[in-house]
Amino acid sequence: MAHDHDHHHHDHDHEHSELSETQLRVRALETILTEKGYVDPKALDAIVEMYETKIGPRNGARVIARAWTDPAFRQALLDDATQAINTLGHVSRTGDHLIAVENTLQRHNMVVCTLCSCYPWEMLGLPPVWYKASPYRSRAVKDPRGVLADFGVTLPKDIEIRVWDSTAETRFIVLPMRPEGTDGWSEDKLAELVTRDSMIGTGLPRKPAELKS
Amino acid sequence: MDRAGALAAAREVPGVPQDDDGPVFKEPWQAQAFAMALALHERGVFTWPEWAATLSDEIRRAQAAGDPDTGDTYYNHWLAALERLVAEKGVASRDMQHDYRHAWEHACDRTPHGKPIELTPADFHH
Repeated sequence: MAHDHDHHHHDHDHEHSELSETQLRVRALETILTEKGYVDPKALDAIVEMYETKIGPRNGARVIARAWTDPAFRQALLDDATQAINTLGHVSRTGDHLIAVENTLQRHNMVVCTLCSCYPWEMLGLPPVWYKASPYRSRAVKDPRGVLADFGVTLPKDIEIRVWDSTAETRFIVLPMRPEGTDGWSEDKLAELVTRDSMIGTGLPRKPAELKS
Repeated sequence: MDRAGALAAAREVPGVPQDDDGPVFKEPWQAQAFAMALALHERGVFTWPEWAATLSDEIRRAQAAGDPDTGDTYYNHWLAALERLVAEKGVASRDMQHDYRHAWEHACDRTPHGKPIELTPADFHH
């Protein structure tokens, strides 16, 4: 893609954030239009959210589906997610250190993030809008069960909820539990069950019945 | 703004990449650029025929300058059309757009890796 090559070339030391020239132009326009009252950032977010499943390569969904069908890959993913994902030939960005955390009957994982410029959207898809709200983020750390309930996810009381806070060095992907009733499904079909929310732990994968025919 | 508005845009503007459900995007910024055009259209800043004419002009211009006609660059042209109409309709001059772009660049450079990038007034004085 052409815009991968138009990064602005200052001191390339990776200490500071990185946005492509294109992303800078988009942010500039959005700021101007917001300040002048032409657009409401919330309305823009709502439109973008509407296309959540229509943005990007959705690599993460394929990674999860592979882990569900291939026990050796699942183990490799849990041992070293970055390396395991590289074996699938997905493009991984500089400094992209990814850790996969597995949901089990005993533990549910949830990921929060400050939304820096290196958010791994190629893997996880578009970040949820609420990631931008820091009160919500801190509440997710203090009261994950309450936050999950807000998203309509109620887990049995005896399931431990673990919250992972992404940092500059480490990003997380949740490996959700494979939905029941999917025996013999192909990877492609399984990938359709994997939502963004299920990969950050604020939701569960779709159930087979929720798929369009 | 709702799905109907987005579908109308995808219908009236030639070339919008889409699948059976409507528009699809390769990267988040493309959806943001799409959403901004939708918002400005809804505000009456331009009509879809006007938008389509500007967009196709930007595409012609880019292709004359050697842009590969593969469809991968569609949203680059979309963004160029947006910047142009924003200037032509008197919403914000090219100079202003340039200043804001530079301010964001400065904000980006001073923000350590791993922190969210926020624009502050000081970013404009560089």
